[in-house]
Amino acid sequence: MTFINYASREINCKIVYYGPGLCGKTTNLQHIFEATAPQARGKLISLATETDRTLFFDFMPLELGTVRGFKTRFHLYTVPGQVFYDASRKLILKGVDGVVFVADSQEERMDANVESLYNLEENLRAQGYDLMKLPYVLQLNKRDLPNVLPVPDITAELMRKQEPVVEAVASTGAGVFDTLKAVAKQVLTELRKS
Amino acid sequence: MPDTPILLREREYHQIKAVLARLRMDSSARVVFLVDKDGQEIAVQGEIGNIDTTSLASLAAGNVAATGGMAQLIGEKEFPTLSHEGEKESIHISVIGRLLLVVVFDERSTLGLVKLRSKQISQQLSALMDEVTQAEFVAADSPFAEITDEDIDSLFK
Repeated sequence: MTFINYASREINCKIVYYGPGLCGKTTNLQHIFEATAPQARGKLISLATETDRTLFFDFMPLELGTVRGFKTRFHLYTVPGQVFYDASRKLILKGVDGVVFVADSQEERMDANVESLYNLEENLRAQGYDLMKLPYVLQLNKRDLPNVLPVPDITAELMRKQEPVVEAVASTGAGVFDTLKAVAKQVLTELRKS
Repeated sequence: MPDTPILLREREYHQIKAVLARLRMDSSARVVFLVDKDGQEIAVQGEIGNIDTTSLASLAAGNVAATGGMAQLIGEKEFPTLSHEGEKESIHISVIGRLLLVVVFDERSTLGLVKLRSKQISQQLSALMDEVTQAEFVAADSPFAEITDEDIDSLFK
């Protein structure tokens, strides 16, 4: 839920990166963390297992700059992708303002993408949200790998509305900021409408 | 369809800060935070020092959400208070409706005192936040009501 504090002149919004296990959600946040000036971001908190799989969530506050005298801060979260962490995913979606679905472009991961997207829609519904009305971006990650499906094949399966689709290689940073910009823009535009 | 934004105006913000300041003094705490259940920090009072308050707010909300999930699995609605005691520093969290009151304290205080004082002011904080959340959100009040595409683009340059 967007939180506007007139006293500290800040606007805080929550963006959640969703997707199947190992699709690159944490890598997106890591790239944003490394590529952003330290004064514009807080710590990257990762609640991960010993093998670096996200256990609960990753979190990073990011200050984008000032609009109309208000600091705009985005709280970026990832969810754990593995199927059995569903209870955690539900909790992290609470109060969400925008969602990025990170799809793994590899052919053998298509089923996992579809399952995760279905899970996202279901968990949003459980929290009283509708994906069709929420600021939303579809990121096609890992475009540098040899076994990726063509973009139209993936979008035919995964696109839900006229959401922006961004091709990315999160490990090198390609497309990461384009994705963030696409979702942040929708979140801010939504504020104008509300 | 995200939720309606919460607008915290100066008057309520300073009232909340004053309540937190009193709690901090009465409980001899180091820092007192008010956080919303989604992890947004609403107000903080005390010796912040090197504490990363934004991360602490988010983790406190995650902590309450996780233990709340556990509570439901065993047939409880939620666990209304959580305490974590360290060697020198400790944290006490009380759930007040959709708010979390987080108190960080050290050997100058005790868990019993913090619990008692937190409970005593919870109703007051709850009433203050009710005023904030029940105030009708008027789009024209939002600093973003007249935001342009250029304003948004300027954030990414």
